[in-house]
Amino acid sequence: MTSRTLFERIWDGHLVAQEPGGPAVVYVDLHLVHEVTSPQAFEALRLERRRVRRPDQVLATMDHNVPTAAAGAPDEVSRAQMDALERNCAEQGVTCFGVGHPWQGIVHVIGPELGLTLPGTVIVCGDSHTATHGAFGAFALGIGTSEVEHVLATQCLRLARPRTLDVQIEGDVPFGVTAKDVALGVLRAVGTSGAAGHVVEYSGDAVRRMSMEERMTLCNLTIEAGGRAGLVAPDDTTFEYIRGRPFAPTGAAWDAAVAEWRQLRSDAQAGFDATVSVDVATLAPTVTWGTNPAQSIPVGGAVPDPAALSDPAARDSAQRALEYMGLTPGTRTNDIALDAVFIGSCTNGRIEDLRAAAGVLRGRRVHEGVRVLVVPGSAQVKAQAEAEGLDAVFRSAGAEWRSSGCSMCLGMNADVLQPGERCASTSNRNFEGRQGRGGRTHLVSPPMAAAAAVAGRFVDVRELSEARAS
Amino acid sequence: MRPFRCEHGRLVPLDRADVDTDQIIPKQFLKRIERTGYGDFLFNDWRYDAGGRSRPDFVLNRPEYAGGAVLVAGRNFGCGSSREHAVWALQDHGFRAVVAESFADIFRGNALKSGLLPVTLPPAGVRALLDLAAQEPGSEGIVDLEEQTVSAGSLRYRFEIDAFERRCLLDGLDDIALTLEHSAAIAAHEAGRPAWMPNVRRAAVGSS
Repeated sequence: MTSRTLFERIWDGHLVAQEPGGPAVVYVDLHLVHEVTSPQAFEALRLERRRVRRPDQVLATMDHNVPTAAAGAPDEVSRAQMDALERNCAEQGVTCFGVGHPWQGIVHVIGPELGLTLPGTVIVCGDSHTATHGAFGAFALGIGTSEVEHVLATQCLRLARPRTLDVQIEGDVPFGVTAKDVALGVLRAVGTSGAAGHVVEYSGDAVRRMSMEERMTLCNLTIEAGGRAGLVAPDDTTFEYIRGRPFAPTGAAWDAAVAEWRQLRSDAQAGFDATVSVDVATLAPTVTWGTNPAQSIPVGGAVPDPAALSDPAARDSAQRALEYMGLTPGTRTNDIALDAVFIGSCTNGRIEDLRAAAGVLRGRRVHEGVRVLVVPGSAQVKAQAEAEGLDAVFRSAGAEWRSSGCSMCLGMNADVLQPGERCASTSNRNFEGRQGRGGRTHLVSPPMAAAAAVAGRFVDVRELSEARAS
Repeated sequence: MRPFRCEHGRLVPLDRADVDTDQIIPKQFLKRIERTGYGDFLFNDWRYDAGGRSRPDFVLNRPEYAGGAVLVAGRNFGCGSSREHAVWALQDHGFRAVVAESFADIFRGNALKSGLLPVTLPPAGVRALLDLAAQEPGSEGIVDLEEQTVSAGSLRYRFEIDAFERRCLLDGLDDIALTLEHSAAIAAHEAGRPAWMPNVRRAAVGSS
C-alpha cells in the first residue's frame, strides 16, 4: 500500500466516480445551509422539479442576517430571506434551527457543538469559513450557490483533486499567544493566495497541544491564505470533544467510529506538494494593520513602510491599505485609538474565547467612548456563558451582551461600524468596508480585544495580565 | 447555463491584487433571493461615495469604459467570501470574462458554473492588457474559448483551461444532469457508508 496523506485517505473514501479527463464526483456526508447563499439554489431546484436527495444529511440555520440585540428585529429584506429559508426547508424536509431555537447559531459553531462535524467526513457549506470543521479531520470546504444546488440535488460535489500543503507548527506557544495569533502568523508566512488550490494539513507539536476550539480557530483562517480546506488529524482530544454530543454516534457505532478515526493520519512517508514551517516560539500577540489578514505586526510594533516592499503588487496593496485605514508608516500599535471592539464570529465566538475575554475584563471597565459588542457564536455558547456568569462580567465592564449570530463580523444585520470608525475585532476579515462602509478593522485575539476595550487603544495583553498577577 | 464560445467587448483595467468579493458586491446587497439585479451594485463602495454620488475617477464610471465586457485585474481575484453574487453582479453589469494573474478557488468555480469565463494569464500578459486598456481606453478584447486565446490590438495570448471545464462552458452543460448519470454509483456509495456518519435525524438528546 502506498503512503497517503490524511487528505488523500478521506478523498479516496469518498470518490464516487471520475469523469474521464474531468473532475471527480465526491460524496458529501454533511451539508450545512444558511439563509444568504441558499435561496437561489432552492429556487433552481423548484424550477427543475428536483428534490433534496438526502434531507437527513442537510442542516440549516440562520446566522448571517439575524438581529443580535434584545429588542432587535430584522429589516424587511433580511426577514424575507429568513422566511424563504424556513419555507424552503419545510418544502424539502430539511431540518432548520431558526431564530429562537436553542441550537441556533453560526453554522460553523453549531456543527461541531452538536456532534455533527465528525472526523473522516466530507462537509460543505455555502460559506468560505467552512474550513473550520477541518479541525476534526474532516475535509470541509466552502462552495458557491450553484454548488449548493448541486449538492442538494445529488449529495455530491464535482471537484478536481486539490494539491496538499503541510503546515508544520512547532515550538512552545509563548504566554499570551493564542491560536488566533498562530493563524495570523501562518498567514504572514503563506500569504493571501499561497495555499490556493491546496488542502492544508496543520501538523506539529503545537497543533497536537491545542484544544478543539483552538484548532477550529486555526483551520477557520485557512481560506484567508486561499486554501480549499484546513485539516488537523484527529486524536483523543478530538474524540473526547465529540463524545456525548447530541448527534454524536453512540454505543457500537461510537466504538466503530473511533476505531476508524484512529486510522486518519498522514503516513510518515506521505508526500505533500508543499511544506511550510512556522515556529510559534517567535510569535507575539498580533494586530493587523492593513486590509487583508496577512498584513499584521506584533503588538507594540510599528506599521510598516510600503516603500520598503520590493514586490510592486504588495507595495501598491500596502499603500492603498494605509490610506483606507488612516494610518502612517511607523505608527506604533499602542498609539492606535479605537472606537469599537467586536468579540465573536466563527473564528473566535466559542466558549473558550469568551472565557479568555472575560478573564481580562473581570473587575475592569471598558474605556470611555468605546463601544464593545460581545456576540456568542451560538445559542448554546450563550447559555453556557450565562451559566458561568460571563455575561455579568461583560455587562459590568460596560460591554453589550448579545444573542448569537455573525453580527459585526460582516455587518449584514444592524451591527455595523460607521464610516471612519476603528474596531479591534476577533473576526476573520479586515477587508475594506467588511464591518460597515468606511469602517476600519484590526484583527486580534479575544484577550487582545478585551485589553484594547479597557485601554481604548491596542495594548499588550501580557502587561495587563502581569499587572493582575502582581 | 448560457454557453460561452467567443465574446468580445471593451477591456476594463482594474490594476489591483487581492480584489475580494466584499468589494465586488458588498454585503448589504446579498439579501435578495434572486440571481439577477446585482449589476447596479457591482463595486458599489468604489463606484459611489457614502452619499451615493458617482466617483468619476473609478474606472467603471469613466465613459470610455462604459459597457465593458472583459475585466482585467491582478493576482488572487475574487478572494474572500464564497458569495456567488459576485459572479452574478459582474455578469449583470455586462462582463463576460475576467482576465487575471490568478483567481481564488471558490470564485473561479462559481464563475465556471455561471458562464463567466475566468482567464488566467502570466503576469506579463496581464500587464500588457492593463497597459493597453489604460493607454487606449475603449480598446476591444476578444476572448475565444474555442481557440483558447485572448487578443486585443496587436496582443494575442493563448490561455490554458481544463479540457472538461472548456467543454462544459462551450456546450452550456448542466452539472447536475452530468452527475446524475452516476446515480448508480452514488447509491452504491451510500449503501456502503458506516452507521456512525452524520445524520441530522439522529439526535440522542431531544431537540425542542
